Amino acid sequence: MKRLAKWRLLPLFAVMALLAGCGEPFLSALKPAGEVAQMQYDLMLLSTAIMVGVIVVVTIIFIIVVTRFRRKNDNEIPKQVEGSHKLEMIWTIIPILLLLILAVPTVAATFKLADVSPMEKKGEDGKTEAVVVKVRANLYWWEFEYPNEEILTSQDLVVPTDEKVYFELKASDVKHSFWIPAVGGKMDTNTENVNKFWLEFDGKASDEAGSLFYGKCAELCGPSHALMDFKVKALPRDEFDQWVAAAKAVKEPKQAETAQAQAGQEVFNNSCIGCHAVTPANSTPEQARMGPNLTDFGNRSRVAGVLEHNEENIKKWLKDPEAIKPGNKMTGKYNLSDEEIDAVTEYLMGLKVQ
Amino acid sequence: MSTYAQKKGAGAVIWDFLTTVDHKKIAILYLIAGGFFFIVGGLEAMFIRIQLAIPDNNFVSAGVYNEILTMHGTTMIFLAAMPLVFAFMNAVMPLQIGARDVAFPFLNSLGFWLFFFGGVFLNLSWFLGGAPDAGWTSYASLSLASEGHGIDFYVLGLQISGAGTLIGGINFLVTIINMRAPGMTYMRMPLFTWSTFVVSALILFAFPPLTIGLFLMMFDRMFGANFFDHTMGGNTVIWEHFFWIFGHPEVYILILPAFGIFSEIFATFSRKRLFGYSSMVFATVLIGFLGFMVWAHHMFTTGLGPIANAIFAVATMAIAVPTGIKIFNWLFTMWGGSIKFTTPMLYAIAFIPSFVAGGVTGVMLASAAADYQYHDTYFVVAHFHYVIVGGVVFGLLAGTHFYWPKMFGTMLNEFLGKISFWLFLIGFHLTFFIQHFLGLMGMPRRIFTFLPDQGFETGNLISTIGAFFMAISVIVLLINIIMTSVKNEKVGNDPWGDGRTLEWALPSPPPFYNFKQLPLVRGLDAYWLEKMEGKKGMTPAEPLGDIHMPNNSFIPFVISLGLFIAAFGAMYRAEHSWGLPVLIAGMLVTLLSMLVRSVKDDHGYHIHKEDLIDDNDKGVKA
Repeated sequence: MKRLAKWRLLPLFAVMALLAGCGEPFLSALKPAGEVAQMQYDLMLLSTAIMVGVIVVVTIIFIIVVTRFRRKNDNEIPKQVEGSHKLEMIWTIIPILLLLILAVPTVAATFKLADVSPMEKKGEDGKTEAVVVKVRANLYWWEFEYPNEEILTSQDLVVPTDEKVYFELKASDVKHSFWIPAVGGKMDTNTENVNKFWLEFDGKASDEAGSLFYGKCAELCGPSHALMDFKVKALPRDEFDQWVAAAKAVKEPKQAETAQAQAGQEVFNNSCIGCHAVTPANSTPEQARMGPNLTDFGNRSRVAGVLEHNEENIKKWLKDPEAIKPGNKMTGKYNLSDEEIDAVTEYLMGLKVQ
Repeated sequence: MSTYAQKKGAGAVIWDFLTTVDHKKIAILYLIAGGFFFIVGGLEAMFIRIQLAIPDNNFVSAGVYNEILTMHGTTMIFLAAMPLVFAFMNAVMPLQIGARDVAFPFLNSLGFWLFFFGGVFLNLSWFLGGAPDAGWTSYASLSLASEGHGIDFYVLGLQISGAGTLIGGINFLVTIINMRAPGMTYMRMPLFTWSTFVVSALILFAFPPLTIGLFLMMFDRMFGANFFDHTMGGNTVIWEHFFWIFGHPEVYILILPAFGIFSEIFATFSRKRLFGYSSMVFATVLIGFLGFMVWAHHMFTTGLGPIANAIFAVATMAIAVPTGIKIFNWLFTMWGGSIKFTTPMLYAIAFIPSFVAGGVTGVMLASAAADYQYHDTYFVVAHFHYVIVGGVVFGLLAGTHFYWPKMFGTMLNEFLGKISFWLFLIGFHLTFFIQHFLGLMGMPRRIFTFLPDQGFETGNLISTIGAFFMAISVIVLLINIIMTSVKNEKVGNDPWGDGRTLEWALPSPPPFYNFKQLPLVRGLDAYWLEKMEGKKGMTPAEPLGDIHMPNNSFIPFVISLGLFIAAFGAMYRAEHSWGLPVLIAGMLVTLLSMLVRSVKDDHGYHIHKEDLIDDNDKGVKA
């Protein structure tokens, strides 16, 4: 009996061996880095194991059939069998049982993942105990608003590790979908309603991934859908608190220090500030936040979500955004000379909350 | 017979095909048109794979890539798979039930021309300012935001061709209900006929939601309505529901006929009757029924809530049961049989593991909580290509080889057939297996490029290599078709030697009236029963008499042409002054030709008994 049990586990081991070690720790759903991803990964393993079992049975019958029953002479007429009630019962009932084994944890997990009740438990000041992030998806960038902390940031989502983070998702133009593969499944950002779900970022896994998870848009949204990436900085709680405090401290736009940066700030104030804020307060209405908030731009991990973060790439992006993200909404909104771009670049690199 | 089979010039042949109402000729039209669009969709697939072969590629631009991916999906589903399925239904189903034609031959022709003009209209978008670019699902917020006329082409083209499909489905339903030969009870119908029956019912219920969705979209885009504009009180999620209430049954509309073809092939080349015939019928009906209960599994991440997600998850899993029944019945049809490995049989055999792989990932996707990870990734791309290519396309290729002699009177070359089979099988698995892992490793679908250092390089390169295998396979198939057609070696009634159903009792190709005398059907696998009793053909169920035939008609072509013209008018109405007159003129062409059809009596004609006797030198043939 014990040996039999081991045999039954064989497909499970085979599957684990196959799936483990696939992909990058900062991106792969097969390297779960949080409670949600782990739950989904376990469901994957369970379903894959059942399915591999089914495939093994089919394959064995299949191989027997195609090897044993080849036509040997042209005159043979096999017995015409109508069917077999017993066999047909077997392959009706066993699949039903297998599906039940999968259906029960599926339903349980589905409800668990949809439980956002801590978001509703608001204190007298209208704030929640739990960390809440309002995600607003735009062509082709992401805005992350922290209603409790009354700040917002863009492109790089900052979250605390080892606790549940609750998300409110919506899109401001067309439908997108918010997905951090390593941390958990996606949810769509619809245009007409707010979707809610939660994720948990595992501290240890975050360290392995270099504290930077990759996030993606998973719903076709236009030419640059493929480039609508964001990044997630998952920090221990105290570092997260420090970041929040530092961000909240920025009440006025940070003043540029060098001469060139000051020139850049002037250009910025003339050409860019209409869409891009450099203070983190969430007091302006959504419609006025037409471009990513740049308060913490100097600490960004990527330029435009896809290019390595350095001055050269910022200049490249400012010079011809269309070449980097086709269909983006910034192209053609400003007209800067090369010197001005250099100045703005220096200014932007200095924008750091800490 | 001599009066009917004169040598005709090319012009006369073309005119004949433009006006034909004969189900066998309409089948050939569907096969040619569907085959053409299959090549077009295949080319688009190759562009996709070339673009994704390496990271940061710029073979095509981002915008054009979205057009290609949209047109690949739309073309393959609506303009390749559907018409090819219809080709075999038209070619085979009336013969299998012992009918002289479908119930409404005129409508049959109308259905084809509507599909054809709709398909041509959709593809003209490439030359008239750009193709649709919002995916074949054309989700409302993106498709309303899409500039240019691409989406208009999608909406109008699919509306026209969808009407054709709906007409075809109704026609098949009526045919199967009313026109079965004496003795052909429902439970003696071949499985392919059964699947045609169920699929026609699915079409009847699935296409109206698409029609409505497309109408709303058309009004939104072309006539200033706001059904899907949320700022004006509309709702985009409604489009998702409309689309998938149609879209999910659509997948079964494609796969069930393939199941039917495979059922015929397994029985034929195992020389055994189908194992568990009645449970196969039951499973087909059940799959069709459940197919309407699961559409929201395409929307697990839309935010419908855990109750809806859980219900649709369990409903979706349930479909695995009847599908599993079918797989095991096929295996046990072969068990104890005498298997001959012809090209169609190779496709059928390869279909089993391929489709099982696609089916089990379907169950994985049904697990809603886990689907949040799979949804809109390459895992889904791998899954649906495993079922659609491993199921539908394998079925269509098998059917092409299997029914080619019945449709054209000559056999495709078996050697070339097997070469293209192996190339296709290898290419298929090479292309799509690895995509499961790409998806799980975090690669979203519908991306025009991917950045390096995310672990996607190797998988995508392998996938592209596989695609080339499939392309070469299709080229070999085309060479095979050309060579076979040039040689044109005629074959007899039952070229495979193991035919079981009525169509193999007829000459290849059958005479235009199909059955001189309607056959008497004495059981399942009617022709096989007679053969086993040493008879050469079917026992006739009626004395030789006059046969009533419908006249050819050019009206279906004109009706469809009118809608084709009107579609241009509707699209350019807002920006060109000639738009409205063209819209009205096109509608007038359609309505007037419908009026002509209504008021002009067309009683058809009779083939006289004497003419049939002339041809009776080979003894009584059913």
